[in-house]
Parts: sequence; C-alpha cells; structure tokens
Amino acid sequence: MTAGVQGGVGLRAPGWERWLAIGLALLVLLVLLVLPLALVFAEALSRGWAGVASALADPDAQSAIRLTLLVAAITVPVNTLGGLAAAWCIARFRFPGRGLLLTIIELPLTISPVISGLVWVLLFGRNGWFGPALGRADIQIVFALPGLVLATLFVTFPFVLRAILPLMQAQGSAEEQAAITLGAPAWRVFLHVTLPNIRFALLQGVLLCNARAMGEFGAVAVVSGRIRGLTNTMPLHIEATYNDYQAQAAFAVAALLALLALVTLAARAGLEWGTRRER
Amino acid sequence: MTLAWVGLLVVLPLAALVARPWELGMHGVVASLTQPRVLAALRLSFGMALGAAALNLVLGGLVAWVLVRTRFPGRRLADALVDLPFALPTAVSGIALTTLYAPNGWLGGLAAPFGLSIAYARPGIFIALLFVGLPYMVRAIQPVLHDLPGDVEEAASTLGATHWQIVTRVILPAIAPAAVVGFAMAFARAVGEYGSVIFIAGNMPNRTEIAPLLIVIRLEQLDYAGAAALALAMLALSFLILAALNLLQRRLRRHLA
Repeated sequence: MTAGVQGGVGLRAPGWERWLAIGLALLVLLVLLVLPLALVFAEALSRGWAGVASALADPDAQSAIRLTLLVAAITVPVNTLGGLAAAWCIARFRFPGRGLLLTIIELPLTISPVISGLVWVLLFGRNGWFGPALGRADIQIVFALPGLVLATLFVTFPFVLRAILPLMQAQGSAEEQAAITLGAPAWRVFLHVTLPNIRFALLQGVLLCNARAMGEFGAVAVVSGRIRGLTNTMPLHIEATYNDYQAQAAFAVAALLALLALVTLAARAGLEWGTRRER
Repeated sequence: MTLAWVGLLVVLPLAALVARPWELGMHGVVASLTQPRVLAALRLSFGMALGAAALNLVLGGLVAWVLVRTRFPGRRLADALVDLPFALPTAVSGIALTTLYAPNGWLGGLAAPFGLSIAYARPGIFIALLFVGLPYMVRAIQPVLHDLPGDVEEAASTLGATHWQIVTRVILPAIAPAAVVGFAMAFARAVGEYGSVIFIAGNMPNRTEIAPLLIVIRLEQLDYAGAAALALAMLALSFLILAALNLLQRRLRRHLA
C-alpha cells in the first residue's frame, strides 16, 4: 500500500534511523536557510520599530525604494510581454533556429550577474562601442536609469518564458485554431483562449520576474555607478549602508526585501496548486 | 519581431563580450589572463563552486529524500523554504550570512574560541556558495525520488538488504543522472555568484578574491578589454565543465536504461 501514498513512504526503516535523517535534514535547513532569514529580521529590529522607521525614512533609502519600484515597474511588464511573445512563437511555430533561440533566451540564467552587467558597459560605457557617440549626443545610459533597466531586463528575461512555455507546448493550439476557424480576431483569441489557459503559470513567472528585478544586485552594481540618492537601488543601498557600518539601517531595508521574498514564495506555493490544475 | 527583440536584448550585448577582449591582441589576452592574481581568482571561484556543489550532493540528496520519503509536522513548510535562496536577493543573503558567521555572530561566535574564522575567509565563501546551490540540488533530485516507487526500497529491504546497500545499490543509481544535473546547475550558479559572496569573502587579492569581483575591479579601472577577457574565460571554462557534466549525465542515463 505504501506506493499508493504520494511517492510512497518506502523503506520501513527502524524509527530512529528515519528520525535521524529527518533531524539532520532539518538541521541543514535550519543552519543554511532559517538562521540567515531570522537574523535579517532580528538585526533590523535591534533598535526597535523606531530604528526601522528611521532607517526607511532616510532620504537615500527612500530614493532607493522609489528607484527599485520604478525599475521593476518598467522591466516586469516589458519582460512579461516579451516572454509571452517569445513563448508563443516557440510553442506555435516551427522555424529554423528555434532550438538556438531557446538556448539564447535561457543564457542569462547561467551566466554571472556581473557579466550580465558588464555586457551593457561594453556597449554603452565611456569606453564602450557606442559610448563616444552617446557622449556627444549627451545621452547617459550607463550610470543612469536606462542602464539599470537594460541590465535588469537582461537578467529577468527568461523567467516569464520558462514559466509558461512547457504549459503552452503541452496544451497545443487546438483551442486557438477552433476559435480562429469560428472567425475570432487574433487579439480576442489571445485574450479569451490563450491567456485564461496559462494564467496561473503566467502569474508565477511574473512573480519570479518581479522578485529578481527588485532584488538584482550584481548586474545592477556594475551599471549603476552607485551614486547615492540617484542610481542606488534597494540592494545597492543595502551594500552602501552596510559598508558604512550602519548595519541596522542596512538590515531594515534588507528586511523589506526579505518580506518580498517570503510573499513571493507563499504566493508561488498557492499558484503551484492552480498550475497543476491547468495541466 | 520576437527575434529582433531577443537579438537586441541578448545577442548584441553578448556579441560585445565576445568581440571586446581581442583589442588586446592574442598576446594581450593571454598576458591579462595569466597574471597570478587572475589565476588565483579563477582557481578560487572554480574550486569553491565545484566543492560546494559536491557537498550539496550530500546535503541536497538528504533533504530531498527526507522531503519525499518521510512525513513529519512542518514538512510542507520545509519544502517551501528550500526555494528561499532563489527568492532572497543576494545582497540580503550576503549581509545576513556575513553577520551570522562573523567572529561575534550567532554561529561565528561558536567557532571563534577554536581560532576558526569563517567570515572574511575561505570557509565563508564556501558557505555562501552552499546556500545558493542547495535548492538546485533538492529540486533536481526530488521529482526522480518521487517517481521511484517506495516499494522498490521496501522490496530490497525484505530481501535482506542492509540500509547501506539500499542507499548505494537502489537509490543512488536511480537518482544519479538527476544529481549530475543538479550538480551542474548548482555549480553554474555558484561560479558566477557575486552578491552573496562579496560581503563574507574578505576580498583579499590572491587569497579570497573571487573572479566576478575581479571583473568588477577591472571595469572600475576602465580596463574594458581586460574585464571582457576574464568574463569570456570564465564562460569558456564553465561551458567546458557543463558540457562534460552533460556527457556524464547522458552516460548514466543510458546505463540506467
């Protein structure tokens, strides 16, 4: 009967060995994951709620929070649309280079965040390919908002695509074709047939994309120039304050981002349930 | 349309990365990459990433087995928690791990009386890379264990196999290909990791300076070609290791079938 249970509770181990394994696994999770997370909140609150409030009210912190929200507000919708379009092309059409396209889209997931930032400096930095031309036109990309947006777009590009592609491939296009045969215009097919079928998975992808967009550090650190109150996002503000020996202020902002991570994980767990139903 | 978008956003930047180092000429690239400081950083990054991925094979395997094969209160919470390193911004995990393992920290304080320093030394780098790699390993192994019927383990046990035999003869061969995939992903993530590591590393040239940090330093010195050369070398090395792991994974799979 054991195999009937989800995955089966095999190995009728003597109790103590099973409990030893559970204990060790929980110890790993405690030391590696729970303690760092708990420490973020403990340090943030080390001077009470007033300390948190004053750290978050700091003008540089405020500007960092605004900048992070702004960057996420630009990159998440753009990458959601881009991811939808790319997933749709890959799932619905056969064209030469389809496999290559998929590999290229997933590249940002495997390369170092530092390299993801570096590539933009190579293009638009002072010594970059287009740097001198941009300088003459007085356009700032690196060390300014456009650079932050480009670097964030680059690292978060694959998230939406990866969340919805397997589902779109599995579902096939029969329903869409039926709608088109019945005379529905393409945009209505998309809104009323394609989108409802993938909504849970899409939302999962958007959540992950957003979490990464708000939390990205390496890529953004390279292109931002770290100008306080101007080009520091929340993660960069955390670095600046931490290196200034204002640990509590750093942890207060870190706690905000940690909360975002926890909400993302919880929402994902909820959506996982919905996605399984879509399958 | 999509192609143009992907081209602009991904291909063009990567083209710059591939093209830039050669401004230095072949000699210049070799000279730039063979500086002792660069070699030390590459050795550190790749050695630590491989080592952390290897320990994660054991830790991740254990956690995956416990999550799939046992029932205990709080199991679902523990399962959801495994993804924390995916969701937590690296700067946050970086300062948290540093404070935790600093000589006066919750855990660093336990090691300090023995003269062991974890933060600002190599063990700190190792722990940060363990942290970022763990979910890749657990999530790679979990589905395979889940599909491996529990009664196989039970049958082996009924036939008189010892626990050790069940683990080495039944479970390990079945999960080996997935474990290699998990190892590859944990390694790829760890070798390029920046945010979680730079706070805890100490960043001493030749000793605790990771390769991604050296790229940033080069860039700050406006040595674009040098930064690109190091980045390209890292990508090429990672690619070789990942290709070898992919080959190994396929062989194991064929062996299994």
